[in-house]
Amino acid sequence: MPSENSVLINGNEFPFEAGETILEVARRNSIDIPTLCWLKGTTPTGACRMCVVEVKGARSLVSACSAPVAPNMEVQTETPKIIEARRMVLQLLLSSGNHNCAVSGSTADNWTEFQLNVIKAEEDTKLCPVWGDCRLQDLAFRYQVTGEQFEPTETTYPMETANPFILRDFSRCIQCGRCVQACNEVQVNQAIHFGYRGAASKIIAAGDRPYINSDCVFCGECVQACPVGALVEKDSRYEARPWETRKVRTTCSYCGVGCQLNLHVKENRVVKVSGVEAVAPNYGSLCVKGRFGFDFIHSPDRLKTPLIKENGAFREASWDEALELVARKLGDIKSEHGADTIGFLTSARITNEENYIAQKFARAVVQTNNVDHCARL
Amino acid sequence: MTNTIADIEDADVILITGSNTTENHPVISSGVKRAVTLKGTKLIVVDPRRIRITRYADKWLRQNLGTDVAWINGLMHVIIKEGLHAKQFIESRTEGFDDLQKMVEKFTPDVVEQITGIPTQEIIDAARLYAKAERGCILYCMGITQHTTGTDNVKSLANLAMLCGNMGLAGGGVNPLRGQNNVQGACDMGGLPDVYSGYQKVIDAEARKRMAEAWGVAELPDQPGMKATQMMPAAHDGTFKALYIIGENPVVSDPDVNHAEKCMDNLDFMVVQDIFLTETAQRADVVLPTACYAEKDGTFSNTERRVQRVRKAVDAPGEAWDDWKILCEIATRMGHPMAYDSSQQIMEEISKVTPSYAGISYERIEHEGLHWPCPTAEHPGTPILHGEQFTRGKGLFHAIDYIEPAEMTDAEYPLYLTTGRLLYQYHTGTMSMRTGGLNQIAPEAFVEISPQDARKFEVEEGTLVNIDSRRGTIQARIKISRKAVTGTVFIPFHFATAAANRLTNAALDPISGIPEYKVCAVKVSKAA
Repeated sequence: MPSENSVLINGNEFPFEAGETILEVARRNSIDIPTLCWLKGTTPTGACRMCVVEVKGARSLVSACSAPVAPNMEVQTETPKIIEARRMVLQLLLSSGNHNCAVSGSTADNWTEFQLNVIKAEEDTKLCPVWGDCRLQDLAFRYQVTGEQFEPTETTYPMETANPFILRDFSRCIQCGRCVQACNEVQVNQAIHFGYRGAASKIIAAGDRPYINSDCVFCGECVQACPVGALVEKDSRYEARPWETRKVRTTCSYCGVGCQLNLHVKENRVVKVSGVEAVAPNYGSLCVKGRFGFDFIHSPDRLKTPLIKENGAFREASWDEALELVARKLGDIKSEHGADTIGFLTSARITNEENYIAQKFARAVVQTNNVDHCARL
Repeated sequence: MTNTIADIEDADVILITGSNTTENHPVISSGVKRAVTLKGTKLIVVDPRRIRITRYADKWLRQNLGTDVAWINGLMHVIIKEGLHAKQFIESRTEGFDDLQKMVEKFTPDVVEQITGIPTQEIIDAARLYAKAERGCILYCMGITQHTTGTDNVKSLANLAMLCGNMGLAGGGVNPLRGQNNVQGACDMGGLPDVYSGYQKVIDAEARKRMAEAWGVAELPDQPGMKATQMMPAAHDGTFKALYIIGENPVVSDPDVNHAEKCMDNLDFMVVQDIFLTETAQRADVVLPTACYAEKDGTFSNTERRVQRVRKAVDAPGEAWDDWKILCEIATRMGHPMAYDSSQQIMEEISKVTPSYAGISYERIEHEGLHWPCPTAEHPGTPILHGEQFTRGKGLFHAIDYIEPAEMTDAEYPLYLTTGRLLYQYHTGTMSMRTGGLNQIAPEAFVEISPQDARKFEVEEGTLVNIDSRRGTIQARIKISRKAVTGTVFIPFHFATAAANRLTNAALDPISGIPEYKVCAVKVSKAA
């Protein structure tokens, strides 16, 4: 028997604090309980039943995400009964809607054949855009289930493409509600919620309007929260498969919040941006500019060579020529008119290292304190 | 910020003023909204426009433009009169309270209503709500600073926070939200006329000697230099000859742009270092192409003083270089060799000469950034400032009187104009306007006007109008909105084709040199 403030999970004793859920204690101790609808930092809904566990003395399986730990509780997280329940949940999800990640078309005993088929189908844009980066697919693989157990249900709602950033594919939605939690409890934009009832159930913006005509501000928190391919970035959809990209963590270059973001890079191009989870200051959240406003990086209008103005028009120049000209002109003006007739506007957009060098250049090389930037503007 | 972003959610009461938080700092606004909707935090918003964050507010006070000192003094009047001030904190941690008390005596709710237009009861209620909070957090932005009395406004907010003992504790503080990714870092690194990195004063002989030694020069200039807002007029007079601009677009962002353009054209030599051929770059003699944030290594310091890594993800286009490398090459050609292997090597030099960054290294901030001051390699950083004592020892109350904005409306220019930003664009649009989706949602400038004013000036939704001020004219379409207060129009300043800054007043705050972007007088008439 475990002691007063501890719980037995899979036969091991773990301490807990009042109010903690079974899932929280398990995760803290590296015990994997699979989840679909659970979204860190929000009220657990217990909707998907993926995280069910056995609790000694309980009449039925318990959702680990929403059940608080009680003293002396004894929990099992992966028994045959639990596995059967999870398989059932997955089979139902896979049979409702368009989950053509090929998992639904295969059976547990021809897995190799399934993978070969997928490789063939890779070029096919019909293949789900998040193939290889999908929680439902991962779990179907883990529990070796297909969607063939049940008659597939048709989706009645058409894809929504009416806004420039987010594509809503209702055929792939499993109604886990993570997007609703993300919108209401993380970003608190309160733009989307569950609409209609029963088989007609759908995630909607107020009045079932498209995002573009709703309170949605395109922060994309819902896209990042979506565990399947129902909400995807419109531009990067099919632009790159997850395994073709590498993620580079950096700091956003728009406002002063300093959100931590991942640049997803394919062949020397940024194809997608996502928020870095579980790290200050943004804990995965971004805004519309941070998530979608990265086209400037690869704009054809970027400056590529130094330019020198002659007779009112620019011509391209080599670095050598341009640097020589700047050094000479600054030197001449300094000796003719004095260092304090020269000024530097450094920048709130460049790095600390570059700002430091800019003021060092002004003060040590040119010998003027005329250094400022647009802090006030 | 005196406190951290995460801290905001620990407050019992949040006071937001002069910050259109949901549009300009969306991720911070989410923290505020979480606190309000999920944790029961009370929110007071003081803003002339019915901005989106007001939907979440318990109290929304709508002040007349440029009357911030008056309502803040009014709140303090009520707090002192009702004995809600933090007597022990004032006694042990501050000085100058008597002067403050004397000053705010005349700012009775009635007087404040006269000046600000905020009803007396709302002033009283807001004062009680803020003063009774155990942890009261103040968030502000350019709506407070971009006034001729910007410095006064900021000091007044500091007065209010100190009066209620809301300094040096989690969930409290006075928190300016910085508008640009590294505006904090540009200041920290000495991108200011009077200080080296870490705010070491150029007039301090000791600091000057240390920096001269570190930089290998015999001496350094000992007088503060010119602010950006002083350089332009000097160029106009011909006493200022050359300007080297890095990653800024003052032709769109400066006040009274028409004048700024003339000033620039009067220069002997102008260099612009940027990622695009901006409106400003087009006026330069030499343009130097640089790498953008995704193409280089380095650090940015965010609004909560957290120094965070920037990492190279892709190659820069063509022959674009890192900004630091360009400057080092020019320095070398001017007879002062400067060379570094990497930005990391520059950070090592920064930490040697900058006490507040002394403990910061790339190794330490690999996973999570550190808040300066971080004086040693073992120091954990300083998330909350003014914990035990203020930087100067005791916190000083400033007795501040109300001064009117520099320009008031009259018969010829009967409307106030206030400028600001939109969620879907950023500053002068150099970056954000390259994304089609952002332009689709926010394609052009507009004049936000109240339904009453629209009727009065006989304009309809979409009407193309001329907006005139004493300095210039622009054209834009009318957008009738309940966000607008009657008597005041709003124009976003992002758009060069209808640059709101052709209208704005270049009148400056006497201390900070900030222009009064938030108030000027205009007239609106149908375009021919």
